[in-house]
This record gives sequence, structure tokens and C-alpha cells, in this order.
Amino acid sequence: MNNKLLRVWQIALVIIILSTWQASSMLSTKAAFFFSNPIDVAARLVSWFFIDLDIYQHLGVTLIETLLAFVIGTILGLLVGLWLALNQRAAAICDPFLKALNAMPRVILAPIFALWFGLGIASKVALAVTLVFFIVFFNVFQGVREVSPTLLANARMLGAGRNDLLRHVYLPSAMSWVFSSLHISVGMAFVGAVVGEYLGSARGVGYLILQAEGSFDVRSVFAGIVVLTLCALVLDTLVGKAEKRLMRWQPKIGTTEKI
Amino acid sequence: MNSGYALSLSDISCTFISRDNPGQRYTAVADTTLNIAPGEFVSVVGPTGCGKSTLLNIGAGLLEPSSGTVTVHGEKLVGINKRAGYMFQADALMPWKKALDNVIAGLLFRGVEIPIAREHGIAWLARVGLGGFEDRYPHQLSGGMRKRVAMAQTLILDPDIILMDEPFSALDVQTRQLMENELLELWSEKKKAVLFITHDLDEAIALSDRVIVLASGPATHPIGEFPIDLERPRDVAEIRNQPHFTELHSKIWDVLRDEVLKGYVQHKNIVEERTQ
Repeated sequence: MNNKLLRVWQIALVIIILSTWQASSMLSTKAAFFFSNPIDVAARLVSWFFIDLDIYQHLGVTLIETLLAFVIGTILGLLVGLWLALNQRAAAICDPFLKALNAMPRVILAPIFALWFGLGIASKVALAVTLVFFIVFFNVFQGVREVSPTLLANARMLGAGRNDLLRHVYLPSAMSWVFSSLHISVGMAFVGAVVGEYLGSARGVGYLILQAEGSFDVRSVFAGIVVLTLCALVLDTLVGKAEKRLMRWQPKIGTTEKI
Repeated sequence: MNSGYALSLSDISCTFISRDNPGQRYTAVADTTLNIAPGEFVSVVGPTGCGKSTLLNIGAGLLEPSSGTVTVHGEKLVGINKRAGYMFQADALMPWKKALDNVIAGLLFRGVEIPIAREHGIAWLARVGLGGFEDRYPHQLSGGMRKRVAMAQTLILDPDIILMDEPFSALDVQTRQLMENELLELWSEKKKAVLFITHDLDEAIALSDRVIVLASGPATHPIGEFPIDLERPRDVAEIRNQPHFTELHSKIWDVLRDEVLKGYVQHKNIVEERTQ
């Protein structure tokens, strides 16, 4: 199937879904109440973005939370991952605790974070950090452990000291694993921020959805979902671009063994 | 202590203890003495898995022998052998660094300033026939080209001793002979001490001043030593046709054959034990 045909099918599918949605909400008042309809949802989106302009502050807050959580979680995961991977004894001591923390459903931390950090940005960032941290941590840990012994021996023979090994061997190897998990960790940061808002906040897209739900404003709930989905897609695209730029050294299928 | 040798392994034994089962021991190398004079090209041949690489790692200081001493130009070796360069069998380039950055890595580790290091690096890449490939990542180079980069990476540091662990074994025959000739050319310019590990007798004879035959493992040790009095400079492709080459080959092969057979039987037994 060529690309054009593919595109036609995809657009057709969207039209079918939207028109079925619209038609069923026109036929049944129950459906109209629980599902709203695409036209109303679109109108809501237009008023948020172009008329009332009130979505921006909420979206801004959610994005700031996501970004902060992502950066803090990645840096913490990187540092702790490097430290534990290079320190066998510490890793052995910490192992059961890390496993337990990772197994714990992190969302239940939201109430305690709200208590500690208040209803502002900090509690959401804290929740999202706990999600991002473990993804990055486990990947860095793996990345350092998987450095080929030959590569290490070679670097040592070339005269690399401990710091050189860290900077030129362990860190780049770990980074390749971090980047491969970047899509997941950005997504998790976003989830953490929105769930945190949903569980208690005064601003953010999660808060917006919570408010709408409280007043049975189904079209705003749907509009919020659309906004979040689009945001997640944009974030994912940005990550893909960054990955492409920074991971040029990695072979891609079809480009190996050139010349 | 004899300080005339560039690298001297005396009475080396090396026993590995299984990590899971401390009762299980494996002696890879036993009572081995090996001396290499400055400027001498020595090859060590032996059946696969006999402990050749163990010997090399001991010479490099990557592995500490269970007993015996290693001296480098008369000084006892502690830690990494800083006067040695090591070319590995497997790919050892840093995949996240471009060819040039790989070549100059050792210089930077030693505190050479970047512009000077780059200048040297570019010259060395040209010397191994890779001028213009400075900005390629290892995955963009062929196996033979990666070996050249590795060679430049090792030789740019101008080591007094060059340790090579079957560096060309993964290459096709033509590329291999080219690289062997290039190696001889580079070596003859500076006359470093070379310890070259291989399982290919032809390669060993063609390159070396001296060939040492190791017994099959475990507890490998030298069982024969043959000076190679072929004239230099040599062309590795042509030298194989000389009558004296064939003579040397059959003489060494007589010793090596039994060990290879022994090694093969042992290997087969191990495989059978494991599959049972």
C-alpha cells in the first residue's frame, strides 16, 4: 500500500468515527449526555484556545511540571544509576529497597506529596519524578553494566583513568540506554503531572478535567483529553528529534557498513 | 634482574577460581617464561582456548598472575603496563566517538592538548590509509577499516611494546595480508617489541623473528621455540612461496599438530559433557 492510499484510509477512519459519534449523540439524549459530541468538543477547544484564552495558563502549568519532573528525574536517575552500577557493594545493599520502591504503585504517593508540598506545582513534580527516576535509573544501571569488557580494557590500555572512563565510556554507554527510554520517561513525566493535578490542585489541565467532571461537563472532559493527547504527541516528536541528533553514532538498519 | 628485555614474563602461573563454585579451579597458564627483546617481533601460536590471551593480558597488566613476575624494561610491572599498546581481537573502538576522536583518545587521556592531538590523529589516519574518514563513526566503517583505526589508536601513543591478540583474525584473507604488510612496514620504521598472538601458523611465520608454540590447555606452557631467519623486508603474500618458509612451517607444524589434536579432543569432550 503506498503512502497516499494509507493517508486516505486514515482520514476515512477518522471521519467514520467522528460521524458515528455525532450521529449517536443526536439520536439518543443519554448518549449525548455521557459522550457529548464532536462538534461541541471542537467548539470548546476553539473557545479555550482562541476566544477565552484560559487554556494557556493551565497547559503552561502542566508542561512546566512535566519538564521539571523530566529533568530532575533524569538527572537523579543518571547519578544514582552511575553510582550504584560502579559500586557493587552499595548496589547489593540497595537492591531490595529499590525493587520494593519500584514495585510500589507510585500514584498512592500523591496524597502524601500533597500534604508535604502543598497543592502547587511541587507536589506534582515530586510524583512525576518518582515515575521518571526509576525508568532512567534502571536503564543507566543496565547501560553501565553492559559496557563491553574489551572496550573497557582498551580504554584502560590507552591510559584512561577513573574519570576518563566515566566520561568517555560509562556515561556515553549509559546515555544510549537513557535515550532509548526517553519516550517512555517523557510520557511518564506527563502522566505524573496530570494525575497529580487530578488528585488535588488549583491549576493545570488535570484540574480543568476534574472541574469539568464535577459539573458533568462531558464536552470539556473530552476537550481536555484531546489537548493532553496532542501535547503528548508533540512531546514525543520533540524527543524523537533530539534522539536523532544526539545518537548519530548509533547504527541504524540500512546504514551499517557504509562503503 | 635482567633488564635487557622489553617485556619479560618469568615463571608465570595463572589459576582462575570459579566465582560460583570456589572449589573449582582452572589453571590456564603454568610455569611460563617468555622474554622479548626490544625491537623483536615474537609470535605465540597454540590451539584455540589454550590460554594465549591470558598470557597477553598478564603482559598488559590487565590480569595479575597467580605467581611469577612481569618486568618491563627491567622494572617490575604494577597495574596497567603503561609502556604497552594493546590491539584486541574484538572490536574495541568507542562506538560513540568518530574515527579521529577514537584515534586521539589515548593522547587526550595522557593530557595532550586537543589541537596538537588532532593534528597527530589526522596524520595517523592518513598513515593507515584512512585520510578523509576522520568524521566517520565506527559503524560507518568496514571491519578492515575499523582495524586500521584501532591500529592508529594504539600506535599513535608510540608504545615501546605492542601486544596483539589475533588482531586480524576477523578479516578476509586479502584485507588481512594487506594489513599484515602495513603492520610490518610500521613496525620496521620504529622497531618496537611486538608480542603477537595468533592461531594461524602462516601468519606467525610470515611476520615474526621468533615463533613460540604453546601446549594445549589447561596449564599451557611453551613447548617449542623457533627463530625465523627469513629475510626482511618481507611481503607476507609472497614469502609463503619460499622453500625455507615451507621448511619452517612443517618443522613447527610437527610440534603444533599434536597439541591442536589434543585441544580438539578436549574441546569435544567438554562440549559433549555439557550437552549430556
